[in-house]
Amino acid sequence: MSKKTRKELLTHLALIIVSFIVLAPVLFALAKSTQTRAQVYHYPPILGPGTALVDNYRAAWYNFSLGLYMRNTLIVAGVVMFFKTLLSMLAGLGLVYFDFPFKNAIFYFILFTLMMPTEIMIVALFKLVSNIGWGNSYLALTVPFLASATGVFLFRQHFASISPHLVDAARVDGAGPVRFLFSVLIPMSWNTVGALALIQFIYMWNQYLWPLIIIRENTHQLIQVGLRSMTSQQDVTNWGIMMAGAIIAMIPPLVIFILLRQQFTSGFALSQEK
Amino acid sequence: MYPAKFKGKWLPLAFLSPTLLILVVFLYYPVIQTFVLSTYRVAFLGLRKHFIGLGNFIELAQDPAYYHTVLVTVIITTAIVVVGMGISLAIALLANQPIKGAPIYHILLIWPYALSPAVAGVIFLFLFSPHFGTVNYLMSSLTGKELNWLGDPTLAILLIIMASIWKNLGYNVVFYIAGLQNINTEILEAASIDGAGPWRKFWSVTFALISPMTFFLLITNITYSFFDIFGMVDIVTKGGPLDATNVMIYNLYRDGFEYYRSGMAAAQSIILFVAVVGLTLVQFRTSGRHVHYGG
Repeated sequence: MSKKTRKELLTHLALIIVSFIVLAPVLFALAKSTQTRAQVYHYPPILGPGTALVDNYRAAWYNFSLGLYMRNTLIVAGVVMFFKTLLSMLAGLGLVYFDFPFKNAIFYFILFTLMMPTEIMIVALFKLVSNIGWGNSYLALTVPFLASATGVFLFRQHFASISPHLVDAARVDGAGPVRFLFSVLIPMSWNTVGALALIQFIYMWNQYLWPLIIIRENTHQLIQVGLRSMTSQQDVTNWGIMMAGAIIAMIPPLVIFILLRQQFTSGFALSQEK
Repeated sequence: MYPAKFKGKWLPLAFLSPTLLILVVFLYYPVIQTFVLSTYRVAFLGLRKHFIGLGNFIELAQDPAYYHTVLVTVIITTAIVVVGMGISLAIALLANQPIKGAPIYHILLIWPYALSPAVAGVIFLFLFSPHFGTVNYLMSSLTGKELNWLGDPTLAILLIIMASIWKNLGYNVVFYIAGLQNINTEILEAASIDGAGPWRKFWSVTFALISPMTFFLLITNITYSFFDIFGMVDIVTKGGPLDATNVMIYNLYRDGFEYYRSGMAAAQSIILFVAVVGLTLVQFRTSGRHVHYGG
């Protein structure tokens, strides 16, 4: 065996081991999610599949209402993902293809909000949203998240890298900015759109603190807080059901991640593509 | 600097107005209100409040429990940054080798990006449960000792750190792989010709060239440790045992929403805000020119 192939084999081996270690906690959860209470508590631990797959997932979905929370979270994350992308795109269009007073000041005004994560103003935001009368509603979970400094920044960068001749061509054809956006810019921006959509979906899917305090009724609650209420019934917890819940809660973001990973990496100039 | 081709003064403002409106109402206004609120003492479930100036900050500055909270945050943040980023860089170097099936390994290594801290917390809580957790079983059959991961302050901190690092691994690896792929291989070849060994090549070429990425990740990992691990702490330890894992964001949440001391919680928000602004300014000043954020 040549030195080169041996080195390659070792690299493969190392990568397989590392991948397995990274994957192990989820494989473990997956195995446990199929086990009955007795199988979960069995000593020594059983690491293979058990016999309660259907029971556990049904219990998590119906008895612990994860099905409802999934639906709520899909709505909230979907709405935010769509409008955030649209609003960021419009802002990028305004910033790149127009000249107007205080343009830079406005851009920095938007960029500065990168330093204001929701957690920092949670008490005041709670008061504000409650006073408007949005407590307990989807409005509270979506509207405050519809603007994005990251999104504006990404689209501004991306639009600025598109050839200026295209705008000339569009104007000669008599196209206004809105038609230009839909027929030229958007078709050229799928990587940025995909990257942003992925980031925003996962960001909203993982919301925890904000729904925990602003949503009081379970009918509107989101999935992460749903997991929390499953664990808080600790002493009676059937860990098989709990693990089924964890698996259910990670599937939608994983699916989106797998679908959009190409856009995610190239949308950030992360590949050598450009 | 970039093409400005369409005419109209009000049209661009119309495009920008939805974003600006939301940022003003739901970000700038609450931040200003947080400053205002931090100067009040709020009591009796928020029914009575009176102005106390810097009173809340003075109280925090004299409170040993708050120093403990800050210390715990610093310890956890440092561990996540140093160990987490170190492991991530090692994994990225490995995954960046030119071998068959590299894209598949990339997916297998970056998927934890899609995990939530709460899900990571639930799984680790179960893995490390004192009486029936699989990790304890393995450890006791190897060493004969059972560790109480949730009852011992040091172990509980360790548990939060491990789970947080695992959850954030995917994010770090994506950016490190990207950084490594952007390195011009000619530079590495030139270094080889000049007689640099692999170790030397790593530190003076590779590590130096990806330092802007390291810096970017440093900031995002610090904000992750400050804010995003709330869900993890809330599910795994609830700040315990004996406040061992009571990080700043958790303490703030308790003051604001369990004890209804909104003024006190707002003052803690301001402290976190100042920390984030400070870090971001350092980032802009030192690496704004080098880091390439996006295309």
